[in-house]
Amino acid sequence: MYENKKLGFMFVLPFFLGVLLFKLFPFVMSFALSFTHYDIISPPEYIGLENYRELSEDPLFRKSLGVTLMFVALTVPLRLAFALMIAQVLNFRLRGIDFFRSAYYLPSILGGSIAVSVLWRYLFSRNGLINIVLMKLGMEPIAWLADEDYALWTIVLLNVWQFGSAMVIFLAALQNVPTSLYEAAAIDGATKFQMFFKITVPLITPVIFFNLVMQTVHAFQEFNGPYMVTEGGPLHSTYLLSLYIYDQSFRFFNLGYGSALSWVMFFLVVSLSLVAFWSSKYWVFYSGEKEKAR
Amino acid sequence: MSAVLQERLPVSDVESRRTRRREQLSAVVRYTILIAVGLLMLYPLIWLVGASFKSNAEIFTEIGFWPSHFSLQAYAKGWKTSTEYTFATYFLNSFAIIIPRIAVTVVSCVLVAYAFARFDFWGKKVLFGVMVASMMLPHIILRVPQYLMFKEFGWLDTYLPLIVPSAFATDTFFVFLLVQFLRGIPRDMEEAALIDGCNALQLLWHILVPLLKPAIISVVVFQFIWTMNDFMGPLIYLSSVENYPVSLALKMSIGATEEVEWASVIAISVVALLPSVLIFFMAQRHFIEGATSSGIKG
Repeated sequence: MYENKKLGFMFVLPFFLGVLLFKLFPFVMSFALSFTHYDIISPPEYIGLENYRELSEDPLFRKSLGVTLMFVALTVPLRLAFALMIAQVLNFRLRGIDFFRSAYYLPSILGGSIAVSVLWRYLFSRNGLINIVLMKLGMEPIAWLADEDYALWTIVLLNVWQFGSAMVIFLAALQNVPTSLYEAAAIDGATKFQMFFKITVPLITPVIFFNLVMQTVHAFQEFNGPYMVTEGGPLHSTYLLSLYIYDQSFRFFNLGYGSALSWVMFFLVVSLSLVAFWSSKYWVFYSGEKEKAR
Repeated sequence: MSAVLQERLPVSDVESRRTRRREQLSAVVRYTILIAVGLLMLYPLIWLVGASFKSNAEIFTEIGFWPSHFSLQAYAKGWKTSTEYTFATYFLNSFAIIIPRIAVTVVSCVLVAYAFARFDFWGKKVLFGVMVASMMLPHIILRVPQYLMFKEFGWLDTYLPLIVPSAFATDTFFVFLLVQFLRGIPRDMEEAALIDGCNALQLLWHILVPLLKPAIISVVVFQFIWTMNDFMGPLIYLSSVENYPVSLALKMSIGATEEVEWASVIAISVVALLPSVLIFFMAQRHFIEGATSSGIKG
């Protein structure tokens, strides 16, 4: 039965077709479209590297690229740091721990929704809850969403708030660290701090690596937050690449230019992933077969 | 021998008492951190519920959760919307996408995961690699060609673009989750059933599906919430207001005007979050088990 190759292929057939039709074909087509001018009304017209040349001179693209890199560089490390910190606190036998695990996970579950973006938009509005709190504390209110210097931070905060998905994975990894190692270290007089950096961190590097790559891919694609909360503004200070791709492709119907933009994003994500994979040789440690299976 | 024991007993007693005290202290510290950070994180959501019963004026002055007097006006007003449809329509639309999508996702992903975890076939390694790679692919780059494809099929302004791809197990995260889960299930029972003359589908249905329950519940919950939260998909594919799901309708209620009717927008946001919160808490035990045992992210 298990060696029945035809049967196995039959079961995997939907996925095979799905990948061809809904992933591979659009993937290739998007690359091809990036060399065309296409406005959906008249047929696509081949223009070679013109879109990419135009990109290199497009100030809005440059702005949006900078904003995106800034956003990713702020969000991913903060999110991972919080996730690991809280996972560490949650990795303990306490009464009611299950409740806390769910509670911390909830923002990640709901955070991507439009309803939460609406809430965020209110929270940081001129008369919103955050400013009411600031004023009660005797401070000046801040124009969070209207000030170029603060707007991106509200989007970063919205994303860091959703650290729960990374936290759950860290938690699973922490539970696999053998307690005997900590007991041995305690006998040798190691402090909690030393245990964390000398035992915990090295043993969970494969999971740190996994979270790092996945969170980076996700951060690059963040859309709902900036689209709803700040609408890319003020002065394009939260205009992430995903918004620019959406605007070019589906508002202005510059499908060729939009495709070129999305290929720039693809190139960025792939190069960053490659750097991560390359660097992983130096800092990711696989301790046994079990870890390797990941 | 017994003299030695008697001598040592009090010492170990002191020691165990000391460790117990240390553990208690550590528990207090942990609880304090957990409650403080938890409150900070959840307060916006909790406040949202309280605010939905407040008047428009009170929302902008009070940081407290409790409204000075309860009013359901915001709900009534928000539910009615400024369009010719009420939120009842938008909720039904959301469910008309979510329910079929979950059904086709579960069936296709379980079958494909079964193939990957239990069968050998030509090209398996490559295909598995494609699956893992496609989890890391920024899907936004597929949007334009997919849009053109669905336009060609005549599927624009229908729910088909939002449902049909899932029938082909293209939500690879779920396949991966199920494969990881299946790998952890020992094969003894299947081998016994095989000897008893079960065929591959009977094996899957009678033996594996019951064992896969926590993982399948995770798939259902994730897919429910992700589809409920999905905004870009409907935004691109749906054009008539009568087809809008909740996410698009909410965006519409914020509207283009400067003056946002916050009280009713907040009330409807609460209602919009309710199904996801309910299904999350109903399933959370299996759900977190399913998500963590796969060792991957949500």
